[in-house]
Amino acid sequence: MSIRIAVDGAEVAGREGQTIAGVLIAAGRRTWRTADGAERGVFCGIGVCQDCILTVNGVEGVRACQRAARDGDVVERESR
Amino acid sequence: MRVVVIGAGAIGASCALALAEAGAEVVVVDRSGVAAETSSRCEGNILVSDKAPGAEAELAIVARRAWRDLAAVLDDDRAPGQPATEFEEKGGVVVAFPAGADALEAFAASQRAIGIRADAVSTEELRRLEPHLSPEVACGIHYPEDAQVQPSLATQAMLARARRFGAELRITEVTASVRAGDRIAGVLTPEGPIAADAVVNCAGPWAGEVATLLGARLDIRPRRGAILVTTPMPQRVFHKVYDADYVGAVGSSDAALQTSTVVESTPAGTVLIGSSRERVGFSTAGTLAPIAEIAAKATRLFPFLAETMLLRSYVGFRPYTPDHLPAIGADGRIAGLFHAAGHEGAGIGLAPTTGQLIAHAVLGTPAPLDPAPFLPTRASLEEAA
Repeated sequence: MSIRIAVDGAEVAGREGQTIAGVLIAAGRRTWRTADGAERGVFCGIGVCQDCILTVNGVEGVRACQRAARDGDVVERESR
Repeated sequence: MRVVVIGAGAIGASCALALAEAGAEVVVVDRSGVAAETSSRCEGNILVSDKAPGAEAELAIVARRAWRDLAAVLDDDRAPGQPATEFEEKGGVVVAFPAGADALEAFAASQRAIGIRADAVSTEELRRLEPHLSPEVACGIHYPEDAQVQPSLATQAMLARARRFGAELRITEVTASVRAGDRIAGVLTPEGPIAADAVVNCAGPWAGEVATLLGARLDIRPRRGAILVTTPMPQRVFHKVYDADYVGAVGSSDAALQTSTVVESTPAGTVLIGSSRERVGFSTAGTLAPIAEIAAKATRLFPFLAETMLLRSYVGFRPYTPDHLPAIGADGRIAGLFHAAGHEGAGIGLAPTTGQLIAHAVLGTPAPLDPAPFLPTRASLEEAA
């Protein structure tokens, strides 16, 4: 079943069961956070490195590689 | 002149650089590696804000100016792929809860008298500098001169530059001295002797033990500290923010656990939270009490921290001297032996000037300031030993 999430206002399509990182990578996005000007995204992919975090439905610091995407999620990029 | 520097932390690296730049043939010896201990378990502080008027404050003022120049040199001449020192003049904000407000203002006034910039800020200005501070905070002093480096990168950069001036790094352990009569003539290692005209002990919290190995005596003890690291987040802490009771904790001689809040964010987005001081030898056990106390106090200063996750915590050992001043200069008993250790939590900040003082002591180059208060032979250090 397909789902849709909003990323900084833009709609991105994915499939149920994908993580948010999975949805973003499948949509061709490799990075979605900046730290000190550097682009960050999935580094470890197993929830340890905290590099892929973003804000989901107003909750900050959510690991994109661990959080299953749900239809209607509102996702915002974070930057330091 | 051939000089062996024992220890590849920030102090050893700075001494190696100053000596090599002045023309000495330098061999740096470390049993673990570059910035393997204290210099990679700290916050990289270059502070004038926590210094009460006195010899250490004078050293800190000179060293902070030296850091600005040194960081520019290190960043300019780095090799491809070598990261920057991350020198940042971010400034410090020292805050007090109502009970500590008068003491903080008096302390800042004493610092202004020796030329430290310590700007009293209004409540509105304080909220502008640090919008996420607790409303309980009564007052704050802004110290625009406080700075920092990424300590292990800065240490690597100093050693990289020292190597460009011919210094050599060997990973091995010093086991004893080589003597020529009353003089030290080098050090022994499991790989064999290393001959030298002078030996500089920069072994940080192990400097007392190294002095003993070399047949000397130096009273330096480990003082453990813990730091908590949060997960990365958007920036909410903009300066080094610490509770005014930090100064009292640094200056205390108590062996029991003391904590005082120090909070700052890093370029990677994490927030570093300290600080604790306790003398428990080199034990890394039993860290829950300091960690819990640090977390509770930090949350009082920055309430948003209650909702953040910790990524990790770590402990390290500061080199503590009983009279709270570093020991920099000639040993006094063994000719050719020098010490540069005992900087407690200020070693990164004091490193460049410490290196210059050692170059002065060993090679006779100009001293950056009066070396007398820091000599290892001073009475206040001898008596405690």
